[in-house]
Amino acid sequence: MTDTSVAGASAGARGAGDALTATGVTVRFGGLIAVRDVSFSIPQGGIVSLIGPNGAGKTTFFNVLTGLYKPHKGRVVLGDTDVTGRSPHTIASMGMARTFQNIRLFGLMTATENVMVAMHSHMRSGLLGTIFRMPGQRHEEHASREFAHELLDFVGIGGTADQYARNLSYGDQRRLEVARALALKPSVLLLDEPTAGMNPQESARFVDFVHRVRDEKQVSVLLIEHDMSVVMRVSERITVLDQGEKIAEGGPDEIRSNPRVVEAYLGRTGTEGSAR
Amino acid sequence: MATELAQGRQPAPNAADLGGHHQRRWVLVFAVLALAVYLFYRFLLPNLPDSTQTTFQGWLPLLSVNEALVWVIAAVGLNIVVGYAGLLDLGFVAFWAIGGYTAGWIMSSFFYQVKNGFSIFSTASGQPGIHLNWWLVLLVAGLFCAFCGIIIGAPTLRLKSDYLALVTLGFGEIIPQVFKNGESVFGFNLTNGVKGIAPLDEITVVPGGKSLGPFDLETKYLLFVGIAAFCVFVSLRIREGRLGRAWLAIREDELAASMMGVPLMRSKLAAYAVGAFMGGLAGVVYAVHVNSVFSDQFSFSISIILLAMVVLGGMGNVWGVIVGALLLAWFNSTGLPQFGDWFNGQFNTEVNFPSYNFLIFGSLLVLMMLFRREGFFPETRTRQVLQEPERTGLESVGADLEGVTS
Repeated sequence: MTDTSVAGASAGARGAGDALTATGVTVRFGGLIAVRDVSFSIPQGGIVSLIGPNGAGKTTFFNVLTGLYKPHKGRVVLGDTDVTGRSPHTIASMGMARTFQNIRLFGLMTATENVMVAMHSHMRSGLLGTIFRMPGQRHEEHASREFAHELLDFVGIGGTADQYARNLSYGDQRRLEVARALALKPSVLLLDEPTAGMNPQESARFVDFVHRVRDEKQVSVLLIEHDMSVVMRVSERITVLDQGEKIAEGGPDEIRSNPRVVEAYLGRTGTEGSAR
Repeated sequence: MATELAQGRQPAPNAADLGGHHQRRWVLVFAVLALAVYLFYRFLLPNLPDSTQTTFQGWLPLLSVNEALVWVIAAVGLNIVVGYAGLLDLGFVAFWAIGGYTAGWIMSSFFYQVKNGFSIFSTASGQPGIHLNWWLVLLVAGLFCAFCGIIIGAPTLRLKSDYLALVTLGFGEIIPQVFKNGESVFGFNLTNGVKGIAPLDEITVVPGGKSLGPFDLETKYLLFVGIAAFCVFVSLRIREGRLGRAWLAIREDELAASMMGVPLMRSKLAAYAVGAFMGGLAGVVYAVHVNSVFSDQFSFSISIILLAMVVLGGMGNVWGVIVGALLLAWFNSTGLPQFGDWFNGQFNTEVNFPSYNFLIFGSLLVLMMLFRREGFFPETRTRQVLQEPERTGLESVGADLEGVTS
C-alpha cells in the first residue's frame, strides 16, 4: 500500500508540464471497483506504458482518459485543460487520439476516408457550403485529402489510399488506425495493445515506428501492451496496474526487478506468501 | 471529385468509385429519361392511335408517374436517415403529413379568419386565408419539417437502434392522429379533422405566371421532376462532404466515430433534419398533386412502403432508391390493379389483387432479405459486404483470442 501512495503523490506533483495528468481516478461498476485512486501522468513528448495482468483495469482507465467513462472520483487534465466528464468527441477534438484493442476502422470507407473522418472537428464547412460546393469548402476538402494522403504515406500504406479499410491486411489496418488517430492532430496518442496479432519481427519494427511517430508528429504516447519485449524496449516509463490499483511505476529496469510486479504477474511463491 | 483529387496515385484493384464518371453516367441517364417521358406525354402520345392511347393511359397514366415522383422525393429523404446515417426510422410519414398540412395552412382559404387574405405572389390573392406562392410554401414546409425533425430527434436519437425504431414508429402514429383530432384545439380549428383541407391554391411555374389546373399534368410533371432532382443533387453533394463522411462513420461504428471527434448527436440530428426537409417537400408536392390534405392519407403503411423502397432499391445508393421508389409506387397505384383486371378478364376470376398488396410487398421483402440483401442497385460499398468474405473476419480471430487470454 505504501508504494501506491508514494507513487501516486509523485505523479500528482508533476503537474503542469505534462501532456496528460490523471489524479486520483476511481471508477466503480456497481460494487466492483475497477480502478482505485490511480494517479498518472504522461510527460511532454514521452512514451509511457501501462501494463498489468488481465483484469487489472487498464482498458477501463483508458476509457476514462478518452471520456467514454466518467470517473467517480479524480480528474483528467489534458495539457492545461480539465477534461473530466467531457464527451468523447470533445476530448478527441482537444487532442487526445486513440486506437483500439480490436481494430475499429470504418470498414466500408476507403483508407483516405477513414483518415478524413478524424479531421471532422478541424474542418469548418457546413451544410450549404457542401451542397453548393463553395470555394472555401472545396479548398478545405482538397487540403484534408492531401493531408490524409500524407498521413497514409507517413505510416507506410500510401498505396492503399483508395481501398476499403476492411480489405486491408491486418498489419495495414493497425497502421491505418494510427494514421486516423494522427489526423486529429493530437497532443497525446493512446495505443491500446497495438502489437496484438503481430509476429516478433513486426513487433520489433513497431517499436521503431512508435519512436518515429513521437519524434516527427510531436505527440506523447501512452501504450497498453502485453508483449513485454515491446514494452521494455519502447517505454521510457512504465506504470503497472493490478486489480485496479497502481502497484509500481518507473523505468523498464526498475519494473523488471520490482518484486510486486513479478508477484502480480507470476503469483506469490510459497515462502513469500507465508512470510506475509 | 474524389478520384480526380486522388490522381497521381495508382488506384488499388478494388478502388472505391466515389462519384466521378459512374455518378455522371447516372445523372445523364436519368435526365434523358425524365425529358423523354415529358416529350412522350406532351407531344407523342396524343398523336398515337386511340387504342394505344387507352392502353397507355391504363398502364402508365401520367397521373401515376407524378404520384411516383412524390414517393421518390420522400424515399430520397428517408435514404439520408436510413441509408446514409444508418438510423432506422419507421415513422417517416410524420414529416410527409406535417409538410402536407403546412401546405394546407399557408396555401388555401382554410384560415378564413384572415378575412382580407394574406398573400405573397399567389394565384388566390384577395381571397380570405393565407396564400403563399407555392415555391415559398415548399421552403417553409421543408424548414418547418426540419425543425420538427430536430424536436423529435433531440430526445430520441440518444437511443440505440431498436429503441429508436420503436420511438419513431410511435411518432409516425401520433402525428397523423394529432391532425385527425385537431378539429378543436382549445376551441380553435387547426386541421379540420377528418374532413381535411381542400381545395388548395393552384400553383404556377413562376410567380405571376399562368396557374396550373388539375389537367396540366405535363407541366406539373416537370416541376415535380425538378424538385426530385434537387433532392437527389443535395443527397449526392452532402454525401461527398464532411457531414456525409461523418454519417457513414456513424453507420459503420458509432463509438469509433465519437472517438475520432465526430459529434454523434449533432451529426444524427443533421441527418434527421435533412431527411425531414425532403419529407416535407414530398408532403407539399403530394398535397398539390391531390389538391387536398386529409388525415387518412397518412397511414403507417406509407412509412413501411417508403422503407421498402429504400431497402429494395439499395440502401444508401440514391439511384437505386429512385428506381425502387418508381417501381413500387407504380406497382402499388397502377400496376397491381391493372394486372388484376387483366388476370380476371383472362381467366374469368374475381380476385381482388390490390387487396393483396401487403402480402406481395411482404413476400418481396422476405425474398430480398434471403437472396439479395443489398438491394437491386446497392452502393459500391455495400456490395462489398454481401458479396465478398471479410478479410479481417478470418484473420483477426487470432487477435481476438489473444485479447481474451491476455
